[in-house]
Amino acid sequence: MSDFSERNQPLVKRVKETLGDKIGNIREVRKQLIAEIAPADWIESCRLLRDTDGLEFDTMIDLCGVDYLGYGDDEWETAEASGSGFSRGVDHLGPGRFDWESRPEAEAIPNRFAVVVQLLSTRNNLRVRLRCYPDQADLPIVPSIVDVWSSANWYEREAFDLFGIVFEGHPDLRRIMTDYGFIGHPFRKDFPLIGNVTVRYDEDKGRVVYEPTEIEPRVLVPRVIRRDSRYVGDELDKREAPTGG
Amino acid sequence: MAEIKNYTLNFGPQHPAAHGVLRLILEMDGEVVQRADPHVGLLHRATEKLAESKPYNQSIGYMDRLDYVSMMCNEHAYVRAIEQLLGIEPPERAQWIRTLFDEITRLMNHLMWLGANGLDLGAMTLFLYCFREREYLLDAYEAVSGARMHATYYRPGGVYRDLPEEMSRLAESRFRKASDVKRMNEWREGSLLDYLEQFMAYQAERIDDYETLVTDNRIWKQRNVGIGAVSPERARQLGFTGPMLRGSGVAWDLRKKQPYAKYREVDFDIPVGVNGDCYDRYLVRIEEMRQSVRICQQCIAWLRKNPGAVMAGNYKVAPPSRKEMKDDMEALIHHFKLFTEGYCVPEGETYAAVEAPKGEFGCYMISDGANKPFRVHLRAPGFAHISSMDEMARGHMLSDVVAIIGTQDIVFGEIDR
Repeated sequence: MSDFSERNQPLVKRVKETLGDKIGNIREVRKQLIAEIAPADWIESCRLLRDTDGLEFDTMIDLCGVDYLGYGDDEWETAEASGSGFSRGVDHLGPGRFDWESRPEAEAIPNRFAVVVQLLSTRNNLRVRLRCYPDQADLPIVPSIVDVWSSANWYEREAFDLFGIVFEGHPDLRRIMTDYGFIGHPFRKDFPLIGNVTVRYDEDKGRVVYEPTEIEPRVLVPRVIRRDSRYVGDELDKREAPTGG
Repeated sequence: MAEIKNYTLNFGPQHPAAHGVLRLILEMDGEVVQRADPHVGLLHRATEKLAESKPYNQSIGYMDRLDYVSMMCNEHAYVRAIEQLLGIEPPERAQWIRTLFDEITRLMNHLMWLGANGLDLGAMTLFLYCFREREYLLDAYEAVSGARMHATYYRPGGVYRDLPEEMSRLAESRFRKASDVKRMNEWREGSLLDYLEQFMAYQAERIDDYETLVTDNRIWKQRNVGIGAVSPERARQLGFTGPMLRGSGVAWDLRKKQPYAKYREVDFDIPVGVNGDCYDRYLVRIEEMRQSVRICQQCIAWLRKNPGAVMAGNYKVAPPSRKEMKDDMEALIHHFKLFTEGYCVPEGETYAAVEAPKGEFGCYMISDGANKPFRVHLRAPGFAHISSMDEMARGHMLSDVVAIIGTQDIVFGEIDR
């Protein structure tokens, strides 16, 4: 229990009692509680959290999808620097550096997608974050929690639209943010930042036409990960010297 | 007997009462709404994805453009998420300034709402009154940040700069007569705080004016009382926050329940509705304006007495001053690194929420240790509100749909993101 701050300990105890073995992993990051739950127990756990006295998470504040493709990738470590252009020696195919034609092959890494839910109890003034990893990365499926909280309806539609996460049992799983007839799921990390189609009104045809995007993909600042004393503080001294760096 | 069928009505996306780009498909039985299907996303700009490709500080300006009538509150949620991940705390004066400007923003938002909602429901005068007052607050925005709307004023570690000692004065022109200029410059003789103090005293009386115009007005009541009523239980289920939730009688306000900035130290009340209809939500918002004036006055008093730093002294996140940069090699390096690469945020995730004028505006941020966020998700209050359109409008008349859109305080910048 010492992994949790004093304020959160009663809540952790309560959540563990309520969910029992349904709870995969519970941890605290920045004093906020995160509970991982398997897709099979997803709806039942949510219902328990909503209905148990002392918890009563009556409001589902937020639901969003996350795509973990490329998590922790650094663009800076390159062999040589270029003398021209915006790439500054970066030859990675990092986020925002490719177009629709050259987009990377989608990798089916384990736990690539996640559904993250922020719960709030207005009665007990509590917050908790739930996280669910769908089983398959090529067709991520998570049971829908619309029956537990009505507000999940549009949030699930949004996560489906932007990440392609399918919510099983959702009454009306349509696209919500993107255009009618849109192809792809734009917030996935292997979807180009510049998009795939441009829309404009064609004077001659007298209607709106769709064309491939012609913008040059470019990102000005490379993605850098630094783990020096500025950010890790004392931890740096305890760590072993990095190899190959 | 003639067969009577339901018919479908396309409301918007260019309808003036649709508050932006809402396309609402209404299934009507005569003039009664049977089903409402809002189509959103016409203003989708992928703010969250754009933020993932830029260093942290470069996305603050995007936040202004989400809910573009309550700009600084959006920034507040975003910078608070970064601050939580970095583990830094802004100086006290910066927190008071944030409290002051959050409330100025709330006033601006509610003035805009009241004016536009009045216009939707046929009260033209209200609109002119509200926009007259809103202009003064936009001038306050301009004085601190240089921009009337999209301020980019809050930064991780504090605010961009201290409140100005001098207000800019207006000059005579083709559009402004000398007599008008003299009157308008009266408040601008002193500092920004002097200006705001005089405005707040003035504004407290103006709110009474709005109330005399509409609160007991028969037409206003006919358009609002009993329209779009939501029970407290349904309001929670539908994810309502802010005045929408309080209008239904739930005393929930993050400023009281989970205080941030300096809300713990200011004195104010939370108005709560009884019936959960459009009229109660109107009353809640009017009272919130009064409370905002009260909070602003307390902030002004504190800020007058306590000068100090408004930005954390940590050069990893805040740039050194020009003078330091030119004298000190170390500071120059920091300056260069900060503006070319930004700062790396330790690995982790957080959810930071503020009580924006429309409800809970939250920022869920995942960092993998890079100088850019790995994932940013913005929780916009309006998104949950408009998703309840079907439930709220069902069984009401077509003209009530306008009142319901108005009462939800819809802004598409934040719904579509």
